[in-house]
Amino acid sequence: MSLDRVKPIYDVVVIGSGPGGLGAAIAAKKNGADDVLIIERDNELGGILVQCIHNGFGVEIFKEDLPGPLYAHRFIQEANSLGVEVLSDTMVLDITPLRKITAVGKRAGFVELEARAIVLAMGCRERTRAQIRIPGTRPAGIYTAGTAQRFVNVEGYMPGNRFVILGSGDIGMIMARRLTLEGAKVERVLEIMPFLTGLTRNYVQCLLDYNIPLELRHTVSRILGNYRVEAVEAVEVDENWNPIPGTEEIIPCDTLLLSVGLIPENELSRKAGVILDPNTGGPVVDESMQTSVSGIFAAGNVVHVYDLVDWVTEAGFIAGKSAAKYAVEMKKGISRQVKLVAGANVRYIVPQYLDSESLAESDQRIQLRVVRPIEEKVWVEVTDGEHLITRKLERYVRPGEIVTIKIPKKAYDEVQKADKLVVRVTRS
Amino acid sequence: MSEMETKIICITCPVGCSLVVTHEDQKVIKVEGNQCRKGIEYAQNELRDPRRMVTTTVKVKGGLHPLVPVYTSAPIPKPLIFELIKKLRGVELEAPVKVGQAILKDFLGTGVDVLAARDLPQVGQKTSETGSG
Ligand SMILES: Cc1cc2nc3c(=O)[nH]c(=O)nc-3n(C[C@H](O)[C@H](O)[C@H](O)COP(=O)(O)OP(=O)(O)OC[C@H]3O[C@@H](n4cnc5c(N)ncnc54)[C@H](O)[C@@H]3O)c2cc1C
Ligand code: SF4
Repeated sequence: MSLDRVKPIYDVVVIGSGPGGLGAAIAAKKNGADDVLIIERDNELGGILVQCIHNGFGVEIFKEDLPGPLYAHRFIQEANSLGVEVLSDTMVLDITPLRKITAVGKRAGFVELEARAIVLAMGCRERTRAQIRIPGTRPAGIYTAGTAQRFVNVEGYMPGNRFVILGSGDIGMIMARRLTLEGAKVERVLEIMPFLTGLTRNYVQCLLDYNIPLELRHTVSRILGNYRVEAVEAVEVDENWNPIPGTEEIIPCDTLLLSVGLIPENELSRKAGVILDPNTGGPVVDESMQTSVSGIFAAGNVVHVYDLVDWVTEAGFIAGKSAAKYAVEMKKGISRQVKLVAGANVRYIVPQYLDSESLAESDQRIQLRVVRPIEEKVWVEVTDGEHLITRKLERYVRPGEIVTIKIPKKAYDEVQKADKLVVRVTRS
Repeated sequence: MSEMETKIICITCPVGCSLVVTHEDQKVIKVEGNQCRKGIEYAQNELRDPRRMVTTTVKVKGGLHPLVPVYTSAPIPKPLIFELIKKLRGVELEAPVKVGQAILKDFLGTGVDVLAARDLPQVGQKTSETGSG
């Protein structure tokens, strides 16, 4: 159900369609939100799971060991069947603290819309070479592990033949196996820490199974090659991460993959005025996953980097449920507005709705036009459908002349109880 | 025959327990370090017939992407992994591909099938999953 056009206002708008966003959209629908929209910059739903073709997903939620795309598929199906609307190929550019969203994309062009509640589910991105400062030349052949993962698993080409992988995180180890299966040689996985940073099971099934050597307390000290990577220099480090002289080793390779950590993606959160926690890199949230800006919720890797996708989904459920609750309560607030109904001989009334709370402050003036002229004394009456609330005598009424009547402050209680106010004009 | 101790890491779930397996050849006598029963079964299998789930991709013509991810319906014997990969390299599907579609049936008599891990629509085809078109 992808859209080419969006409504001006939604109960809940979810930004990002990874497991966090899908979970949020599903839970929002299930918890009473009427319109739920996912905005996704990619051309399909699923977030990073699209490229995570390995198994290991869903052990908690489904008690099954599923490949990433299949895990995503189940939630995509559920979101579709619940009637979640989707605007894909569209990048959200800005969110205001009052939940106005600006986005641009090839489906609907430039769009502006409002949300009663927003769930931020933009995921995370990978740290790059610049952020870890490896000296040396700047040849081709250096990628983040996630970029290589997308090339190999989705786009269908190999970024190189002989690899060194820096970092023993899960994505790096999973890519080591993947590249080996695709016929490449993975020379080494280097880890600066004295321990593995990914899961042990990945060490077994990705590295040990394929005899890929792992070296702890090692890092890349230099990259060699002018146009293309030709080798990297690996070095052992001491407890303070300082290279130990004399331990340098040149490892010939044509590609270096960096698997050196993920950072929550929070440019948009910042624009919305959401307070970020310097430790997690993500928004500060309460138990309902609400950020410091009311009505703006967050779920998944945008909050902090999770180990297990199942927990991202769970967090999405909580955020979506809370967002729906917020939106529904806000709408109830609007339904505190009492409708003004045109009764006998009344054509229209302005305003059409009255906020019943407004009478707590002052008399409220309403204006109306009649249908037919009456050239004698008439009563202009406001009732709740049965009982009179207030009335005013006019010497005559004519369609060309606006009639004004005040609903007095003292009518506050009666108006609070009314579900509508009927205005009529009758002969006295 | 004498008893032996082998260290094995259980990969059945993300906990990754370090198991110490006491065994006589392939016969398990004792398993320590497992946090649940599955660990014992894993140790047993790992000695006798180690198996792994395999996930990879196969080529697709005319699809939203040039590849579709696939997975084995059950773990296959470790020594057969590269053979499976080789076999799948020769496969080319036509889009659209449906999730769960069998790409290969009963691989080498193991009873294991290879299944598509997602829907892959044709380029330009309108689908609920991708909204492309
Ligand atoms: C490269 C990489 C590989 C990973 N591999 C694994 C793995 O193998 N196993 C594992 O358990 N975990 C893995 N992770 C962690 C993984 O991110 C989480 O498990 C999980 O997928 C996070 O879900 P999410 O919904 O928070 O974010 P994502 O799945 O990252 O989804 C975020 C979505 O938001 C969209 N988005 C972002 N900004 C905007 C915007 N401004 N406008 C519109 N859309 C936007 C993105 O396009 C994306 O689709 C990986 C992470 C990365 C970065
Ligand atoms: S023994 Fe049980 S808990 Fe431990 S890794 Fe294996 S399956 Fe998981």
